Amino acid sequence: MSHLVLSHVTKRFGRVTAVDDLSLSIEKGECFSMLGPSGCGKTTTLRMIAGFEDLDEGELSVGGQLLSSCVRNYYVPPEKRNFGMVFQAFAVWPHLSVWDNVAFPLQIRGLPKSEIAERAGRAIRYTGLASVERTFPNELSGGQKQRIALARAIAINPSVMLLDEPLSNLDPKLREEMRFEIKDLQRQFGFTIVFVTHDQTEAMALSDRILVMKDGVAQQVGTPLEIYRRPASRFVFGFIGLSNFLPVEVEGGSAWVEGAREAGPFPVSTGGVPGRRMTLACRPSEVGLSRDTGVLGTVRRRAYLGDTVDYRIAIGAVEVRVQKNRREAPFGEGEPCRLSFPDPIWYDRE
Amino acid sequence: MTGASGPSAPAGAAGNGPRFGAAEVLLALSVVVLVVVVAIPVLLIFWTALVVDGSPNVKEVLAILRKPDTYEALRNSVVIAAGVTFFSTIIGVFFAWLVSRTDLPFKETMKLLFLVPFMLPSFIGALAWKMLLSPRSGFVNKALAGAFGLDGPVFDIYSLGGIIAVETMYLFPFVFIQVSGALERMDPTLEESARISGAGLLTITRRITLPLMLPSIAAGALLVALYSLSHFGVPAILGTEVGIYNIPTKIYEKIHQSGGSFTAIRTGTILSSILVVAAGVILWAQSLLLKAGRFQVISGKSMRPMVLKLRGLKVPLLILSILYILVTVVLPTVTIVLVGTLKTYGVSFTLSNMSLDNLKYILFDWKMTRDAIWNSFYLSLGAAFVTMLVGTLISYVIVKMKVRGKFLLEFLGVLPFSVPGTVIALGVILMWSGKFGVNLYNTAWIIFVAYVARYMAFSLKSNSAALEQVHDSLEEAARASGATHWQALRDIVIPLIKPGMVAAFFLIFLPALRELTTSVLLYGPTTRTIGVAIYTLNEDGETVYAATLATVALAIIVVGQVVIKRITRTTVPGDQA
Repeated sequence: MSHLVLSHVTKRFGRVTAVDDLSLSIEKGECFSMLGPSGCGKTTTLRMIAGFEDLDEGELSVGGQLLSSCVRNYYVPPEKRNFGMVFQAFAVWPHLSVWDNVAFPLQIRGLPKSEIAERAGRAIRYTGLASVERTFPNELSGGQKQRIALARAIAINPSVMLLDEPLSNLDPKLREEMRFEIKDLQRQFGFTIVFVTHDQTEAMALSDRILVMKDGVAQQVGTPLEIYRRPASRFVFGFIGLSNFLPVEVEGGSAWVEGAREAGPFPVSTGGVPGRRMTLACRPSEVGLSRDTGVLGTVRRRAYLGDTVDYRIAIGAVEVRVQKNRREAPFGEGEPCRLSFPDPIWYDRE
Repeated sequence: MTGASGPSAPAGAAGNGPRFGAAEVLLALSVVVLVVVVAIPVLLIFWTALVVDGSPNVKEVLAILRKPDTYEALRNSVVIAAGVTFFSTIIGVFFAWLVSRTDLPFKETMKLLFLVPFMLPSFIGALAWKMLLSPRSGFVNKALAGAFGLDGPVFDIYSLGGIIAVETMYLFPFVFIQVSGALERMDPTLEESARISGAGLLTITRRITLPLMLPSIAAGALLVALYSLSHFGVPAILGTEVGIYNIPTKIYEKIHQSGGSFTAIRTGTILSSILVVAAGVILWAQSLLLKAGRFQVISGKSMRPMVLKLRGLKVPLLILSILYILVTVVLPTVTIVLVGTLKTYGVSFTLSNMSLDNLKYILFDWKMTRDAIWNSFYLSLGAAFVTMLVGTLISYVIVKMKVRGKFLLEFLGVLPFSVPGTVIALGVILMWSGKFGVNLYNTAWIIFVAYVARYMAFSLKSNSAALEQVHDSLEEAARASGATHWQALRDIVIPLIKPGMVAAFFLIFLPALRELTTSVLLYGPTTRTIGVAIYTLNEDGETVYAATLATVALAIIVVGQVVIKRITRTTVPGDQA
């Protein structure tokens, strides 16, 4: 059952098209993230869902109820949408105590005192702020401010929770911790999450599905695994994780790295390689590294990254990045080695 | 380069040498300047006010304060300051909100226009309003009386209300600047998160925006109060004639009319002491408020803030804003310029009655006005230059140097901010009229010294702001690259703070050109300044010449502002990049 539906949504700022003909349907209770480099239109999309931006084309509805429509020039204002939202810079009100911050949306709705106390209290307990509920935000840490913002957003029991890069102002350790807390809160309260981030690991860890955007255009929608294993384009492949792109010439069942025919061919297992000059994409951890079979290369650099060893290996003029477990027999700098590409993804040359 | 410093180069840390390095010398020099120029004059005022024959005498202080005329001056000052603060706050907050939180047309232009009243010297404004609204001969009053066949005047500008109105016109930008700046810096998501929480625009304004703006509003209001409390020009022009005095005009009257008798000077010093203490308290409260308001400066991404759609009110509010500018800026300016061309005051504005003869007369033929213009020029130029340099030096010691005894300088550095112009003048008289071996009375030097003291605060503010932008590591990197302290200063620090120094120069030069409050107490027969000349011409009933000279002053101010814009535009981008 689709809960939040965007159909053919377009937004322009002057001559720039920030979001171009975007259609989405997000399920109830889903955690959906929008991922992309800065300026890709993800935040604009979120702000259109929140109601802060009008649409230049298209429509937007939640639970079958129309919220924004360009054609009918109909917009439900943000304060009437009943969403929860958490902002990048927390946006916690410095002149109100933690309790008053969280109770604010409930007070606005004119709820009876007892209910405000109960619901604000619950939101504060769930976010672990009970011990500081009488203090003012400026006395608290970044993580605690973020918890206030979360508590304030869940206090009204929203059906949709909008998160605008909520973790990017936190230090890495806290960031991981908060990811789990957001996930937990979602299980408790059952809201739908729309989440904006530029950090692919964050998107992977939190989401049921991910939308990757570039220049206002949707590139791919899919589960984290789909996006990681079968990126729809070279851009998605590169954005989602560490990557190698090798220029390759394919003939029959074999392939050569371009400009390094002497390094030898490697077999191409999948029969359906479509053309002669292709780009081979692979993750550094998925490259086979051995002493006996594969394309001949030379180790240029080696670096230990804790548990993994990071190699830069040259095949002719092309450099390949390879990551292997520390426990596998290591290669030294300058040593020859052989590479294989067991499960590559092919893209047309650009 | 490195060869010059020889083998001892590695040891060349900040204050190398035994006891007295360059740092200590600079500190001592800065302290001496501030003590001689500011601290001693102020101390002399307190001393004269409180000590009689070598022992403190509070009884006599109270006796003087109980005298009807001093008491009334105190009361008037408070009433005027309260009124001006109240109205300036309302007008300033309203227009600030209008240009930064609504869809008013031509917002950017209007924002600039609301700053124009700041450039207009308020005593020239008062002069214009006197011509427009004086009960007997004011143009507006006469026109209204003619139109409706009234007997008496409609407005009487010679009143507390008139003084409050005119001061408000030219002081409200203090609040406007503070509040519109704070509204712009405020993180828009603070309001957006209230909106998504379900609050409408009115609720957000009442419960989020206004409380967050309160420190800025109060800070602006306090600046207005401080300025109005110690303001001389407007009450001098609109009040003295009908016997309304505030503290500064009472001090002026005492000093001027009693020929420097001791009781007069004592009354002056007692009133001055009250001003200094009040100013100190106001500034202290203001710094507390600004500290409390600091949290809102943290701005997120520069997203456009929420804007209230004015709909039907759009045009009426735009017209109201434009009318405000027309009435407070254009009308007085035009009045001054037109009156300045008349043959005599009171004749009608027909072409046959108007000419440029007055202008020619005061610029070339009349020695008094010629001298006044020349005096103002070289005094402002000299004071601006010296104050800028000394201010750079003092700021450098305060901001950058680690040297013992710096707290003394920090304390002295705050002092110039809380000493009003009238007090400076009085202090300078006490200090430099021969009592301590140097008599500058009736010379241009005494005005020069007073300007340096009066404008030191501007220089310190501008220079230390610039220096705080220059991170210590920049200078340290220069030292690590082999530069001596002096070379690092010359090649790294000074080029980087140059915009701040230039700003300081103009921040002093322009106000000094039109200065009235201080010079009016210090001028001698040959040392009138432009402000003094306009003021005395007006007092002597030479209204037309006063207006002509005021026109010249306005022209200089406009040209000066344009030059500043040019210069800061060419220097500032490099600073921000």
